[in-house]
Amino acid sequence: MSAGWGRRRPGPDVSPKGTPLTTSRTRTFAFTAAALAASLGLAACGARTDAEAPPASAAVDSCVDTSGDTVKIGFLNSLSGTMAISEQTVRDALDLAAEEINADGGVLGKQLQIVAEDGASEPTIFAEKAEKLIVSDCVAAVFGGWTSSSRKAMLPVFESNNALLFYPVQYEGLEASPNIYYSGATTNQQIVPGMDYLREQGATSIFLVGSDYVFPRTANRIINAYAEAHGIEVVGEEYAPLGHTDFSTIVNKLQASGADAVFNTLNGDSNVAFFKEYTNVGMGPDDVPVLSVSIAEEEIGGIGVENIEGQLTAWNYYQTVESDTNAAFVEAFKAKYGEDRVTSDPMEAAYTSLYLWKGMVEAADSFDVDAVNAASDGVTFDAPEGTVTVNGDNHHLAKTALVGEIGADGLIHVVWSSDGPIEPDPFLEGYDWAEGLS
Amino acid sequence: MSAVTSPVARTWAALTTGRGRTALGFAVAALALFVVAPATLSDFRLNLLAKFLCLAMVAVGIGLAWGQGGMLTLGQGVFFGLGGYAMAMHLKLADAGPGGVPDFMLLYGDGVVPGWWEPFRSPVFTLVMVVALPVLVATLLGLAVFTRRVRGAYFAILSQVLAAAFAILLVGQQKVTGGTNGLNGFRSFFGYDLNDPVNKRMLYFIAAGVLLAMVLLVRALMRSRFGELLVAVRDQENRVRFLGYDPAIVKVVAYAVAAAFAGIGGALFVPIVGIISPADVGVVPSIGFLVGVAIGGRATLLGPVLGAIGVAWAQTTLSESFPSAWTYAQGALFIVVVAFLPGGIASLGHLWRRRRGRPDAHQTASPAPQVGLDPGATGAVVDPRPTGPRDPATVGRTS
Repeated sequence: MSAGWGRRRPGPDVSPKGTPLTTSRTRTFAFTAAALAASLGLAACGARTDAEAPPASAAVDSCVDTSGDTVKIGFLNSLSGTMAISEQTVRDALDLAAEEINADGGVLGKQLQIVAEDGASEPTIFAEKAEKLIVSDCVAAVFGGWTSSSRKAMLPVFESNNALLFYPVQYEGLEASPNIYYSGATTNQQIVPGMDYLREQGATSIFLVGSDYVFPRTANRIINAYAEAHGIEVVGEEYAPLGHTDFSTIVNKLQASGADAVFNTLNGDSNVAFFKEYTNVGMGPDDVPVLSVSIAEEEIGGIGVENIEGQLTAWNYYQTVESDTNAAFVEAFKAKYGEDRVTSDPMEAAYTSLYLWKGMVEAADSFDVDAVNAASDGVTFDAPEGTVTVNGDNHHLAKTALVGEIGADGLIHVVWSSDGPIEPDPFLEGYDWAEGLS
Repeated sequence: MSAVTSPVARTWAALTTGRGRTALGFAVAALALFVVAPATLSDFRLNLLAKFLCLAMVAVGIGLAWGQGGMLTLGQGVFFGLGGYAMAMHLKLADAGPGGVPDFMLLYGDGVVPGWWEPFRSPVFTLVMVVALPVLVATLLGLAVFTRRVRGAYFAILSQVLAAAFAILLVGQQKVTGGTNGLNGFRSFFGYDLNDPVNKRMLYFIAAGVLLAMVLLVRALMRSRFGELLVAVRDQENRVRFLGYDPAIVKVVAYAVAAAFAGIGGALFVPIVGIISPADVGVVPSIGFLVGVAIGGRATLLGPVLGAIGVAWAQTTLSESFPSAWTYAQGALFIVVVAFLPGGIASLGHLWRRRRGRPDAHQTASPAPQVGLDPGATGAVVDPRPTGPRDPATVGRTS
């Protein structure tokens, strides 16, 4: 049909048998009408939401096959796009955990069979691939996701199919889905302890800098409420688009503000530019310390140790955590992926999440989602970060908060630790100052 | 030559003429979309196909604006997003119930529905806006740009900057747009439960019907005087102006139609995929729309549709088997097509016929007994079209 346009044939169309063909316009109309009629005809059926219907989860039949000596699980991380550099490390940790579990006899005697998918750093792809893993591959559980947007995109998919997602990254809280287990920190296990630490150090004014997306904006809402209740003045709140690399304006504002400390929720490359600019204008960790919540061991090399040495971070795990389980984890990771690799909080949380799922399945003696959920409360794992316990109500973990200082060796060393594991409180219900946040 | 006299061959000859071939193409497409696909694909795959059909709607519009009109539209994500967000706002408000507040506003905002959200509680207003918003923006931009005779790369850059700005605006206004998370978690579509597989199929059939209607509309436009004028503007804008037409108006209309198609595609994308976020409307997806069109063949009627569906399908299946390979494959395919097949894959048949020395199917329809005597010479004589501006290969350069 190349060059079919703009060319009109003279006279009426005549078929080989001599009967006139219908004109183009009539055909067009008939076609459209038929198509729309077909659409509307089908539109007549299907459940309406206002009709009496059982809840969706009850109507969904799981297709997970547990009859053989293997069971399928899905790993869904971004292996392409901007998040690939971070999420590949989580995938590596998950692969390590699966390998160890399989070598140790599997889960309920079944070997784990991994179905790997690429989320491509796009929320829509995460939603699509999650659905594929659940309904097409019939996996028993899915492990992965990093950004808030990827988790928010997957949440309805897991809820409507009554499937399980294990999400391994610290996040902005204010969420608790019966179909998601959050193995990273929620706000009262990272941001609030971080603020507690700055306050203990005598900070009376803080400057907030973050990337322009959901986590920093929500974190800063919480920090603002905290600051107001504790007499800390927020002297600036600045956002830079993700990937932004010109921080001269923001650093100038920071310098002029006279803040005692900086709470940094910048993500990715922006940290490199921010810390370079910060060092250039003559600031340092001794006069205006920066506490970051998105910089882990993986990122330090990229930012450059010289730009960030002596600065603070808040997490629940560092490679330097001293315990036998962590020593074994770090050794196994380096043995599999190379001596130059480091381990970080999201990697450890992902590694832990697979073991926690194993623990829940064994406690339930079943791969069934409802049975696993019923058995999940109180399941513990002796994780590299220390012992973690599943909270069956909100599906988060009780974790110990650790503030660390970045050392010249490129690793992070603990300078402050909470008194034992902190119970997860995603909606900050136990904090008076947080009223009205959710 | 004796075969030509048999009825079968005569029917075949009729079907392979320009108009017959198009009708045959529609029949095959309709059969594939309405019968074969629903019968053979699982619910999950059918829903994926529905998503691709939404992307194809954008492609049909780009085929009109770029392929026919020579306007390199690098920012269709804006119109896709306007339609998509309009629909998503309605679905969020409908889920929240009368007077209710969408969940994300309680989380990130102050729990008050802003005034400009309120009208989207009405389904009728939403459906009007899905088309009206993109058309309005496209018309305003088109009038501002085309009446000043801004063309080619300048227009392309302008449209792309618009897409970038739109995405940044959506991210920044988290309290009212959901920020990077976008809008998601829809439970119903005009009262129909979105978790019900039957309703998911219904959405597929709606998408398929709308796409076919769009293709037919574009075909009607292409065959009208407007279509001839649009191609004329693409190839020789000044001559059209000297003849007394206003090329700006012609281009604005084509651009607005393309915008409307993108808006409708975005609006259907939302209930089918269940999410719309700034990542679906920015610069990268805008270029993604274009890649499918270029690969399929921008100057043809079905090329953009097949290209868009094919590229999306390949992306999904390839990334399932080779996670990170897709990006490279897409880039390589794009380079190969642009370098060696500027008319897209749809021009392969045309090229092949040329190589064989056969004239286009248009000419074979008329009894032309000389065909086959001297292929090379006949081909050169019978094909009267200038190889210059009408050749899709040069469209990009003349625009």
